[in-house]
Amino acid sequence: MAELLFWPALLLYGEAAVGYFGDLHRPGRAGRAATWGVRLGWLAQTALLAVQATRDDGFPWGTWASSLSLFVWLVVSAYLIWGCRRPYRLLGLVVMPLAVTLLVVARAGGGTGNGSASRYSTLFLVVHVGLVLAAFAGFTLAAALSGLYIWQERRLRTRPASILRRQMPALATLDSLALRTVAWSVPLLTLGAAVGLVRLLVRDDRLDALIAVTAATWLVWCAYLALRLLAGWTGRRAAYLALAGFVLVVVVRLALPATHFA
Amino acid sequence: MMHLVLVGTSHHHAPVELREQVALEREDAQELAARLAADGREAACLSTCNRTELYLVAEDAAQAERDAVAALASLGPEVEPALYRLQDRAAAHHLFRVAAGLDSLVPGEGEILGQVRLAQELGTTGPLLDRIFRQALHAGRKVRAQTAIGESPASVSSAAAALAEQVFGSLESRSILLLGAGKVSEQAARNLRSRGAEIALVANSKTERERIGEELAGVDVVIASTNSPGLVLEAATVTGALRRRRGRRLVLVDLAVPRDLDPAIGELDGCYLYDIDDLEQIVAETLSGRRHEAERAESIVAAEAQKFHEWHASLDVVPAIASLRARAEEIREAELQKAESLLGRLDDSQRRAVEAVTAQIVNKLLHLPTVRMKQAAAAADGVLYAETVRHLFGLGEDER
Repeated sequence: MAELLFWPALLLYGEAAVGYFGDLHRPGRAGRAATWGVRLGWLAQTALLAVQATRDDGFPWGTWASSLSLFVWLVVSAYLIWGCRRPYRLLGLVVMPLAVTLLVVARAGGGTGNGSASRYSTLFLVVHVGLVLAAFAGFTLAAALSGLYIWQERRLRTRPASILRRQMPALATLDSLALRTVAWSVPLLTLGAAVGLVRLLVRDDRLDALIAVTAATWLVWCAYLALRLLAGWTGRRAAYLALAGFVLVVVVRLALPATHFA
Repeated sequence: MMHLVLVGTSHHHAPVELREQVALEREDAQELAARLAADGREAACLSTCNRTELYLVAEDAAQAERDAVAALASLGPEVEPALYRLQDRAAAHHLFRVAAGLDSLVPGEGEILGQVRLAQELGTTGPLLDRIFRQALHAGRKVRAQTAIGESPASVSSAAAALAEQVFGSLESRSILLLGAGKVSEQAARNLRSRGAEIALVANSKTERERIGEELAGVDVVIASTNSPGLVLEAATVTGALRRRRGRRLVLVDLAVPRDLDPAIGELDGCYLYDIDDLEQIVAETLSGRRHEAERAESIVAAEAQKFHEWHASLDVVPAIASLRARAEEIREAELQKAESLLGRLDDSQRRAVEAVTAQIVNKLLHLPTVRMKQAAAAADGVLYAETVRHLFGLGEDER
């Protein structure tokens, strides 16, 4: 059953990614088709996760690959809240290809089938993995917003004659949305990481590379918030800092997980 | 049969010297429509700076057209050769195009929709004219909703406002600094104010301009259009002000030739500078985009005009359909009366069932002929079909 639901989710996300590229060249029908691809793909993936949850005894996303699948779902969910609105369609250019790639990686790692029982407690996994993944999904979205900000700012500076042909979110809107997304995500990461840290201390486990880089990621995003709220950073500088923070998110999600999930 | 008649002139047919002769104030347009609507006719007058058009609904189309021409010629005799005259389907299609902004000087401009609505409100309208104006307004709204024809700015001032919106989002409570008070900068400021922005300062004199550096710290948009031969605002002055702005963005629009604003300002972080060439290129591009969208809009308008035509044509056969249904109902009731001796033995629910069954039979029998007659009406055979039905069912013979 889970296998059957994986393919429609992947195909619909793929269709959305292609649709957003089409929308870039000729805004209109392709963008609308892409939006429906996101919505229906999200429904298929939600069903896939529901099947995984009912089949497994415990928290089914405790492995690296399955948590990646949950991460994709969280990113697309956050995008769906307002990303499908016309001015934000271009955001899909970043979010949907990323979702497709990560979903394929998750499947290759066996994360879209039935999970295996974890040696950790379900409550711990729900709080720790759930919160950390939700925070990373928020950071991903904030980075996508920042990428869109840099692109839109560049257009406003280079002043192409076609600048008003495409409906785009205003710079101020992108900037404030990125800030709000990070403001929600940092507390989630703080809480999720704190739960993990408490368990680490109680069980007297060792620190690994992933924990160290996660701590660095937390510091960067905290610095982002501090610089924006206290030092008045806005615009391009803040957007580049968000992209730097996202590089660490990628490292945590893709490069180092083997050390942590082993 | 009532006919729709249109007589008018527009920027396509008459220069401004002629158009201004027949341009009417609100009250005059209302009065003219009321005058033309005598003898049971319907009339409406659409008068804008680009067109004056009279729409009449009358049985005698030729007479209505003569009256409309005479009415416009009485306002300006020279305008008569520049008048166009359309009837029925062509007149309706024209009004739909007008409401959609397809006949406007700037394709897709939004003001015309309000002007068409006003013409309807001020007109002496009846069922037909009311319907055609409502449908034209619907077509206009549909075109704007389903195409991008009205989305992009069509003037330098609206392009400047749209660019400011690309930076700030809503312009509500944003403050504007005007350098010089030329006509173009006034238009740009008006456009920004219509979107919620406020004018903080107009720096017209040399002394006022010396204060610009201080004022720059608090404003969001600068519009410059002085007659100064050199730069009025240097990049160094803006750099000084940026320190006090704490990252707030600044949009600068230079409408002057020679330019008032140092081009180096555009390189500063948080500053977005546009000169007259940038704005004109943007307007040219958006107008070409509008023309492209106009092709899609034309097909929407044609479909809406066709719907109206079908409805209008069906009016030919409506009396025949009504007579046919009345005749059938008469027969049904008469037959039920005849069978009263038998039906009297039935209880209430059984009687209701018999009533329902007979009514259903009548409805089912008449459904297809009704649909076919309406279809034939749209294809111009309506009158023939209506006559045939009257003849076959003996409708109206009692009156003869």
